[in-house]
Amino acid sequence: MITAERKPLEEIIEFVKPFRRLLLVGCNECVTVCAAGGRKEVGLLASALQLKFMKQGHAIDIKEMTLERQCDPEYVEELAPIIDQADAILSMACGCGVQEMARRYKNLPVFPALNTKFMGASERQGVWAERCQGCGDCLLGLTGGICPIARCSKRLLNGPCGGSTNGKCEISPDVDCVWQLIWDRLKSLGLESRYEDIMPAKNWQTSRGGGPRKIIREDLAE
Amino acid sequence: MKTESVLEKVLASGNLAVTSECGPPRGAVPEKIKEKAEMLRGYVDGVNVTDNQTAMVRMSSLAACIFIRQMGLHPILQVVTRDRNRLAMQSDILGAYSHEIDTMLCLSGDHPHFGDHPEAINVHDIDSIQFLQMVKTMRDEGKFQGGADIQNPPKMFIGAAANPFADPFELRVARLAKKAKAGADFIQTQCIYNLDKFEQWMQGVRDRGLHEKVAILAGVTPMKSAGMARYMKNKVPGMDVPDDIVERMAGVPKEKQADEGIQICIETIERLKEVKGVSGFHIMAIEWEQRVPEIVERAGLYPRPEV
Amino acid sequence: MNQFEPVIVAFCCHYCAYTAADMAGSQRLSYPPNVKIVRVPCSGKVDAIHILKAFEKGADGVYVAGCLEGDCHFKNGNTKASRRVAYVKKMLEEIGIDAGRLEMFYMSAGMGERFSQVARDMTQRIRELGPNLTTKAAVEGTHKAVA
Repeated sequence: MITAERKPLEEIIEFVKPFRRLLLVGCNECVTVCAAGGRKEVGLLASALQLKFMKQGHAIDIKEMTLERQCDPEYVEELAPIIDQADAILSMACGCGVQEMARRYKNLPVFPALNTKFMGASERQGVWAERCQGCGDCLLGLTGGICPIARCSKRLLNGPCGGSTNGKCEISPDVDCVWQLIWDRLKSLGLESRYEDIMPAKNWQTSRGGGPRKIIREDLAE
Repeated sequence: MKTESVLEKVLASGNLAVTSECGPPRGAVPEKIKEKAEMLRGYVDGVNVTDNQTAMVRMSSLAACIFIRQMGLHPILQVVTRDRNRLAMQSDILGAYSHEIDTMLCLSGDHPHFGDHPEAINVHDIDSIQFLQMVKTMRDEGKFQGGADIQNPPKMFIGAAANPFADPFELRVARLAKKAKAGADFIQTQCIYNLDKFEQWMQGVRDRGLHEKVAILAGVTPMKSAGMARYMKNKVPGMDVPDDIVERMAGVPKEKQADEGIQICIETIERLKEVKGVSGFHIMAIEWEQRVPEIVERAGLYPRPEV
Repeated sequence: MNQFEPVIVAFCCHYCAYTAADMAGSQRLSYPPNVKIVRVPCSGKVDAIHILKAFEKGADGVYVAGCLEGDCHFKNGNTKASRRVAYVKKMLEEIGIDAGRLEMFYMSAGMGERFSQVARDMTQRIRELGPNLTTKAAVEGTHKAVA
């Protein structure tokens, strides 16, 4: 999923303090799973903001809504009937959702309540780790299903570097050396010989290097 | 012979080669690099110039190499993939060769986390192995990585680094094989204190005949103090310092520790001479370049052969 | 002179803290009437939103009382509660509310004395911190104890 974390309350308060009527919108997908912007978190943030503003001597009107997704125009449209009741939108979706809100509701300022982080997976309850950087040309079939682009601190395609220590990356003992993981996996698959195949220089055009990306499905798009 | 490199010639002559290292200054102070290099004149076949070592900004390796070449010495241009994309790297290589710099080292580089600009992005457009391939293609096929022809292609003698002491150990020989396949002509290893482990690695290297495909220069670094020994043992990733070395350094009074460190270094070189497959030495005495001549002499490696 | 009488909400778990309150009662140990007890099946049932809403509705202080460590009737509800209390304390700091207004306590069912001591200590602490000025009542200038 796309993971995110709530911005520090200070920063959010700075965004919204000029406004008296807020629409606080959550998202039922990724940010719900990583406990950052779902219905529950919308409730918490609304409560925290109420407490803060009342401390300063004035209540604000906060409408709480959690959409199924904020990255699809059909769901964003559901807010149209109540949009006049707000002076600003505070979105608890990932960056994609925030931008969809801004695109649809042109006359209202939109603010992100979250810092969108990475595409990742749950390691265990409450812990999510980066797994994919969307390079656009997946090589997981060659590395035993473990991605060196997302998980090697130096993006090495022919790793490890000389800093790998006890299966950990040189930058921190909390970070696994992904090339140790890849090697272990290749071994368990009996594919050690693949290690010496040289992976050639990557074509970054399919990644961010080629500019902002789009997918167009001819069979689906009108 | 692939190139005009003095290092290549010394290795081809069957003599043990000697290289050393200089770090460029943290400012626009060319005198500093010239002073360090001058101390090495006559004692080495090539002088490595580091590239933003430990991710700390220094005068560019290329600029420092040009100064050293102008002094009539033979610099070895170190380039890390951390700070440049493939265009900049090829561009720098053309510039270097145009200044008669013909020997270089292809490295990944320490993570910015360690340095003075941890907020910078690390580039790694290509990694060190793809880098070796790229330079070999420039030299042997006269083509840029993108495919076009190069006018007067750079004939670089290409080096890489190897760390027999990093994890996972079982991969370290395979990694050398990969670098050899990619185009490395010579290797400089991480500094050696654990001779048993090094021997173990060399056995693996010899079993695959890699010592005949790439020339291996064994890295050595003299310790200045017991404190330095402990620091390198505990705080530097990929470094293997056995306890008995630390104890030996600590067992000597403080004012004698530097000399003991030099002694250990020379003894290490003598033992390494006995290891089949070692083609020379890379003496890394950072900020202690003035002791390198003494090490070279006392290790019986002076004078350097005329090639 | 009107002394400020804080309103304190105490979420007490049925198996330990609430029973301790009962015990205090039967031992004729008094505790301040400022403490309003909300009985929950387990302290782990208390969520961050309950605590924040308590403050929103006028509580000057809130505490969660659960079983002693290792003794939770539902295994580890008290540890979950403790982590949530820590999380909300951080949020309170970020909003500018003294995190001392919120606390986590542990006690066993027989600790009537402890229950009343905690109630007294918390009431005193909140009295010293002063009224919670983030309520609608405070905003409207009519700060009153809200049941």
